[in-house]
Amino acid sequence: MTEPCPKLSARNLNVFYGAKQAIKNVSIDISREHVTALIGPSGCGKSTFLRCFNRMNDTIENARVTGEIRLDGRDIHAADMDVVQLRARVGMVFQKPNPFPKSIYENVAYGPRIHGLASGRAEMDRLVEDALRRAGLWDEVRDRLADSGTTLSGGQQQRLCIARAIAVDPEVILMDEPCSALDPVATAKIEELIDDLRGRYAIVIVTHNMQQAARVSQRTAFFHMGAMIEYGETSTLFTNPVQARTKDYITGRYG
Amino acid sequence: MTATSAPRRAPTNWTAPAMQARVAVRYRRERLFRLAGLGALCLAGLFLAFLLFTIVRTGWSGFRHSEVAVSVVFDAQALGIDPAVARGPGGVEAIRRADFNALMQRSAAAQLGPAADVVSEGAWLDLRAAVLADRGVLGQTRTLWVPVRSNIDLLAKGKFDENEAEVTRGVSNEDIADYHYLEARGLIRTDFNEIFVSAANSTDPELAGIWGAALGSLLTLLVTIGAAFPVGVLAAVWLEEFAGRSRWTDFVEVSISNLAAVPSIIFGLLGLAVFLNFFNMPRSAPIVGGLTLALMTLPVIVITARAAIRAVPGSVRDAALGIGASPFQVVVHHVLPLALPGIMTGTIIGMARALGETAPLLLIGMRAFVADAPKGLTSSATVLPVQIFLWSDDAQRGFVEKTSAAIMVLLVILLLMSSVAIYLRNRFENRA
Repeated sequence: MTEPCPKLSARNLNVFYGAKQAIKNVSIDISREHVTALIGPSGCGKSTFLRCFNRMNDTIENARVTGEIRLDGRDIHAADMDVVQLRARVGMVFQKPNPFPKSIYENVAYGPRIHGLASGRAEMDRLVEDALRRAGLWDEVRDRLADSGTTLSGGQQQRLCIARAIAVDPEVILMDEPCSALDPVATAKIEELIDDLRGRYAIVIVTHNMQQAARVSQRTAFFHMGAMIEYGETSTLFTNPVQARTKDYITGRYG
Repeated sequence: MTATSAPRRAPTNWTAPAMQARVAVRYRRERLFRLAGLGALCLAGLFLAFLLFTIVRTGWSGFRHSEVAVSVVFDAQALGIDPAVARGPGGVEAIRRADFNALMQRSAAAQLGPAADVVSEGAWLDLRAAVLADRGVLGQTRTLWVPVRSNIDLLAKGKFDENEAEVTRGVSNEDIADYHYLEARGLIRTDFNEIFVSAANSTDPELAGIWGAALGSLLTLLVTIGAAFPVGVLAAVWLEEFAGRSRWTDFVEVSISNLAAVPSIIFGLLGLAVFLNFFNMPRSAPIVGGLTLALMTLPVIVITARAAIRAVPGSVRDAALGIGASPFQVVVHHVLPLALPGIMTGTIIGMARALGETAPLLLIGMRAFVADAPKGLTSSATVLPVQIFLWSDDAQRGFVEKTSAAIMVLLVILLLMSSVAIYLRNRFENRA
């Protein structure tokens, strides 16, 4: 399981919301080549865990994180780690599509602009087009880049959010149930897209949908009540789980 | 089934008379409720219409004034002006020194016969203005329409009942005789009152204008918005986005809410103590009035701006943070543009209140008599509501119509402000 240098690693990670412990002593290594799925019943802490990797839990007032997370071997909680840059390197796609109420072009160009990734209009145009192409949205929006991002359908909005995330050229993309607000057709497109993006970015996806985890991921971690119960190859975990609780969950005994 | 279970209920009969009666009652209540709402609206509309009607009826004539025709011989020698000097660089000084008042009185006595004293005490200003505008009139004879005294003006507008007894009428028999003398000869006319829209206050109603107060209000509001808007918005941003929650921020929040409810006259006392007594700023100046009103407006702006910022969905903040925007960039690029329409609404409400505020300004000396329009933020000025208050308090009959006319000006400015604000708000809303 462990590679020489995993893209992301967590060691003895605990997250508390006030007095309530949401994540209990989780350690995990996430590889750069694979899509890693986090599954588990509602409230098991998988989204909270995901939000540790780009320190989005910092924005929650009474959240407290202990333990260690390393990105390429560097502690992301270290004093010299700039959280703003961390979030550019570790992009995030949220559960509900949340494009900015600005034009489609502006949605994608915003990240590169604030990080100074493009010099000049022409380069920015290329960057926007490239991000939209990779998100599989270019052909649908090429003639309406000036329209507001909120005029798109739900599935298109989510792909726009993915384009926005990859436009800043991150190393990791975190996806928090990216398809839970979408219909099956839009879901299929996103899953296809995740498969296309695999290899170029390390992808961590939280999902409720076990079929989706089985379809898109190569590694799966099963969470239950804040603890990571089992972590392994997706095919093994779904066909031959080691832990009884994993087996109960994937066979629909609870969850 | 247990033995104690209740007997089965009969099915509800939706067409029974009792049920139909209930439906009828429901309809009647609905109708009454709607009528009450409509009635309330009509009542409010009626009061508004009555208010506007009385103000416009009384104030309309304030925008008109009466003038008398006097033909004036601009004799340079009698005026003591050397035409050559008048055309030269020191000409304005020389013209200002000349005694136009005497020329006015001589001309009126010669032309108007028994009615010579109808001419306003300030009529000579028109003569001087004619020379200042064109030095060529020196040595020539011109017929000028100069303002008449307020009572003659009111007679011309039909504001007095001439059949009433002299003691209760408010205007003397001589004035009435003078007016009819002039009217019979076609020497008096009533037209647009350019003095009212261009002059500042005066002790003579016919020479008093609203321009000084309007300019004073404008300068005061500029100071108010310039001080209250940035401070209020920055305070709101800090409280909402950066402060977090603590005992201290709770205390600040409660204080701001309380401050918004403090009577405005208290802010006047605060302005008096801080700006005049401590900082020794000039009395009755727009800068002091504006800062005092800014103190009063600040809590309103902070509260509405906070509400507008809070209404920006968290998903937008998450999205921006998620691609590595700094907290500052999140606020400036995303939160503020989306909150701006709401912030502007609050600012408009605050500004409208500041425009109509009188009490705090009285305390910082803005009720002084100011005969000139303000030249800057530190020169003496008055504002529209204070001017209205002062005129309404004046015993002279001529100020009645001025008061209502000034109210009309104030209302029009308020309306303009609101329209501009609503226009701007809609534009920003559409953009977002």
